[in-house]
Amino acid sequence: MEAAAGGGCGSGPSLLLSDGEQQCYSELFARCVGAASGGQGPGPAEAARVASGTASAAAGPVADLFRASQLPAETLHQITELCGAKRVGYFGPTQFYVALKLIAAAQSGLPVRIESIKCELPLPRFMMSKNDGEMRFGNPAELHGSKVQIPYLTTEKNSFKRMDDEEKQETQSPTMSPLASPPSSPPHYQRVPLSHGYSKLRSSMEQMHPVPYEGRQPLVQPEGTSFGVSGAKPLRHQASLIRSFSVERELQDNNSNYPDEPWRITEEQREYYINQFRSLQPDPSSFISGSVAKNFFTKSKLSIPELSYIWELSDADCDGALTLPEFCAAFHLIVARKNGYPLPEGLPPTLQPEYLQAAFPKPKWECALFDSYSESMLTNQQACDLNGMEKTSVKDMADFPAPTQDVTGDDKQALKSTLTEALPKDVPEDPATPKDSNSLKARPRSRSYSSTSIEEAMKRGEDPPTPPPRPQKTHSRASSLDLNKVFQPSVPATKSGLLPPPPALPPRPCPSQPEQVSEAELPPQLNRAPSQAAESSPAKKDVSYSQPPSKPIRRKFRPENQSTESQEPSTAVGGPASGATVKPHPTVQKQSSKQKKAIQTAIRKNKEANAVLARLNSELQQQLKEVHQERIALENQLEQLRPVTVL
Amino acid sequence: MENELKFHYMVHTSLDVVDEKISAMGKALVDQRELYLGLLYPTEDYKVYGYVTNSKVKFVMVVDSSNTALRDNEIRSMFRKLHNSYTDVMCNPFYNPGDRIQSRVFDNMVTSMMIQVC
Repeated sequence: MEAAAGGGCGSGPSLLLSDGEQQCYSELFARCVGAASGGQGPGPAEAARVASGTASAAAGPVADLFRASQLPAETLHQITELCGAKRVGYFGPTQFYVALKLIAAAQSGLPVRIESIKCELPLPRFMMSKNDGEMRFGNPAELHGSKVQIPYLTTEKNSFKRMDDEEKQETQSPTMSPLASPPSSPPHYQRVPLSHGYSKLRSSMEQMHPVPYEGRQPLVQPEGTSFGVSGAKPLRHQASLIRSFSVERELQDNNSNYPDEPWRITEEQREYYINQFRSLQPDPSSFISGSVAKNFFTKSKLSIPELSYIWELSDADCDGALTLPEFCAAFHLIVARKNGYPLPEGLPPTLQPEYLQAAFPKPKWECALFDSYSESMLTNQQACDLNGMEKTSVKDMADFPAPTQDVTGDDKQALKSTLTEALPKDVPEDPATPKDSNSLKARPRSRSYSSTSIEEAMKRGEDPPTPPPRPQKTHSRASSLDLNKVFQPSVPATKSGLLPPPPALPPRPCPSQPEQVSEAELPPQLNRAPSQAAESSPAKKDVSYSQPPSKPIRRKFRPENQSTESQEPSTAVGGPASGATVKPHPTVQKQSSKQKKAIQTAIRKNKEANAVLARLNSELQQQLKEVHQERIALENQLEQLRPVTVL
Repeated sequence: MENELKFHYMVHTSLDVVDEKISAMGKALVDQRELYLGLLYPTEDYKVYGYVTNSKVKFVMVVDSSNTALRDNEIRSMFRKLHNSYTDVMCNPFYNPGDRIQSRVFDNMVTSMMIQVC
């Protein structure tokens, strides 16, 4: 409210405020108090509390408010001291009003003194000032404008704002985007509330987090330019939606819209997360088990307690496994944490699994969905208890997408009515997914993927917190090829030790096999032939020694070796030549299955060999015992006979 | 913080009583009522209640004797809530069994329970 204060102030220590000032200050105070107690925006109850004058505003929201005034920190300190909050230890109404007056004084350029507040002063300006809001929203009602904007200051979670770079890059080069990259469809929502006025707030907030953003800025810029053209069109389209939204927005409490910017997942990020999910678990509708996810997230190099906390936040149903939305939420939190954002107290509404699931199929309408989701979430987000949020949000999410379904709260009904008029498109299929996810409580922990392939994929998987576009290109397809390279060195290590001894025992009847195979092998494997010949010789121990030294040389030809080795024990004469010729063109699946079979046959052979050796051992032990006994008997006889001979 | 030490000691000694009760039970304890061990022993100041889970994890609760309003059912329900929260903590793959529990959800639940009683 830029209206100049009418009437002068008294000269005494008491603070006289004009009507406009009184109104504005009491509102601000109510916000701070209301936010502190976790309540909603101002209502008659709040006003009554302010009127009673006994409430006190918590330091958090007040600090946010003061920072939004764009005054330097030491001025704010001075103000806090002067207004007496430091002395009494809290911001009571008097202190608060004095502080506001001092802020106004400072903003007008007057020195921060008690005397200053006695002058006629304009209202203090906070950086979400209504002027800018008017330009963006087309909002005539001043009061409403400030109502909408100031709560953003006072919510405690609200320290970060997303920036849509396309719009802002021209105007503010120093401000940087926290997480989002511009060219995603949600920005046309983001642009709506993020007027230029807010951007200044962001810059003040971002003084707290300058460093992590720098890294993202150069990355974000090139994409911004390419999408600049397409960005303009959605903006215009969105302008019409803005008008319809603005009215509803004033009516509803928009507190959580903007503070959730860093917790909103953009299209690109979502794509990236989905690809990562697929690399761990091919079926997107299934889930990742706890240990797999643990290994994956540990690569992000966050501390274990933090990872534990992130898991606690994102695994909403506490089943020890992550579905796709839960995984995206966890990933997003990790990325945020790596970029310097502190972890939230509870799971933000935009990261709720039901929300993410509902949002996935309908990216176009995210803007509208975000509005109402976040609002309905806020109504339930009183405690930071995740379980509590989960239960109530489950209900909300299930209710929201289907406007025809029954509604629990009146405000939700208001939400739906406004949004059905704003949303020409219906979202009928969404109720299915949230409800299904909610009803699924006991999920089997299916390990449908082989553990070895997962480990390989995870080894190939990059560090999760790196920015989305960069590593993506190298991994989603290449993982299968990498499997080859990784399997070959690791598997032969086991196989070479396993396979040479078994062929010595069972195929004793067909010792000619190794020679056949060696003849059929390609010339480069000639060094293998002598070793195989040595294998067939009784000294099977030598084989295991000869194997390791020549392993590095033969690593390239492992496919052929493996095939031949698997042929030997599994099939008696199975055409090793054909096996060798087939192998030069291996496919990943054939190889892995052949390797599996080879390993299994090797295990079988080993077991048989073990059994045979054990039996042999016991027989020999028995013989040894008998021999001992005979010896003892003979010695006794000798003893008895000796005295006779000696004498 | 000598009170803390005293409580630690009390809990420690009550573990012996818990073991006694478990060994006396013998068979598989699946029923919730068998999991709840009841009043282990009363001292002059405190009452100690025990509960053992299926996986032999023991919960011990020390209650002020002056708080006579606490009935058996309430204690049972408290143990049940503890058990549920504990399983939730266990589901977290980053949690190593035996570590100190640092889950915020768990702490909140415990705090709310204690506040309820007091």
